[in-house]
Amino acid sequence: MALKDYIRERFFPHMWCAGCGHGTVLNSLLRAVEQLGLSKNEIVMVSGIGCSARISGYVDFHSLHTLHGRALAFATGVKLSKPELNVIVPMGDGDALAIGGNHFLHAARRNIGMTAIVMNNKIYGMTGGQFSPLTGIGGMATTAPYASIDRSFDVVEIAKAAGATYVARSTAFHAQECTKMIHDAILHDGFSVVEIMTQCPTYYGRKNKLGEAPDMIKRFKDITTPIGSKAKQENPDLIERGVFVEKNLPEYCAEYDKIIERAKGGA
Amino acid sequence: MAKAKLKEHRINRDWCKGCGICVELCPKKVLEMDAEEKSAAVRPEDCIACKLCEMRCPDLAIEIITEQDEK
Ligand SMILES: Cc1ncc(C[n+]2csc(CCOP(=O)(O)OP(=O)(O)O)c2C)c(N)n1
Ligand code: SF4
Ligand code: SF4
Ligand code: SF4
Ligand SMILES: [Mg+2]
Repeated sequence: MALKDYIRERFFPHMWCAGCGHGTVLNSLLRAVEQLGLSKNEIVMVSGIGCSARISGYVDFHSLHTLHGRALAFATGVKLSKPELNVIVPMGDGDALAIGGNHFLHAARRNIGMTAIVMNNKIYGMTGGQFSPLTGIGGMATTAPYASIDRSFDVVEIAKAAGATYVARSTAFHAQECTKMIHDAILHDGFSVVEIMTQCPTYYGRKNKLGEAPDMIKRFKDITTPIGSKAKQENPDLIERGVFVEKNLPEYCAEYDKIIERAKGGA
Repeated sequence: MAKAKLKEHRINRDWCKGCGICVELCPKKVLEMDAEEKSAAVRPEDCIACKLCEMRCPDLAIEIITEQDEK
């Protein structure tokens, strides 16, 4: 199927600002789905609230646009009732790790088969540029006019610690890498997390004087490096990109099915 | 696989928001912003059909059609 067959063209041009990195995540995701040859009926996209969460309106899959921070809870219900479907849950950094942090931890701990995509622009875009748990020390935001003093979460470290069985990170600059990771994350049988660093030129970019969208997206090339590279040894501040975890552990829906069988047997 | 040969740049002017990402990141400087702040292929002969512009466009507004694609 062509890429355009997977979107709701009537809602384009989309609502994201010019140069918003969330659009590139949509682009990469559509390519992954196309490469997998999935039919639209086999996919459910569940999102919460945020600029990022608006993505579910643009894809012509089954879609649920739910509550801020609660996408994974809704998605868990969908997956448990229809485990044969591919459940994809794109979230903003605030959505996933501020208000939704607890859901994130426990979805990972259960290893339920779904694909969480964290569209990390390090800010609350939708509500006007407040700092998020990903802004980090020194980051500027409307609610941190003298710079944030809060340490940042590391999405990858949290996902690993909470038990996600596929964990990867890339950026909007590395669109082809994003497609590959989303592709593999969808195929993975367990809870998979793909963090994609995205630019918000409107708030994060302006507040932090990072220039226009092209400057911001190019910066992702400069501040990241493949896992274990020599550059990382020389400059520990570089953020690593790549697949951090890929392992097979019992998937939650499959384990639940076993419980049903056991209960039926009266054992 | 034979090297992809460019047929055309298909730019959706209604969807392009003129962010300039494709222009700045094209390795061959094929694209420029036109008078209406939309991306335009001004040096198509230099295009190597790498599709980086297409893959990065946040607005799904630029498509590289190669002779292979047409088949
Ligand atoms: C329960 C609840 N609390 C707060 C809000 C307000 N709100 C909407 S989006 C948002 C944060 C968006 O940030 P993020 O999740 O990072 O997404 P982005 O817009 O940056 O893509 C907040 C706080 C809400 N809609 N619902
Ligand atoms: S405010 Fe930021 S995150 Fe929201 S659409 Fe605009 S650029 Fe994207
Ligand atoms: S990247 Fe897309 S939206 Fe931005 S200028 Fe190029 S074609 Fe237009
Ligand atoms: S396909 Fe590659 S070379 Fe051609 S315009 Fe796009 S980015 Fe430039
Ligand atoms: Mg955000």
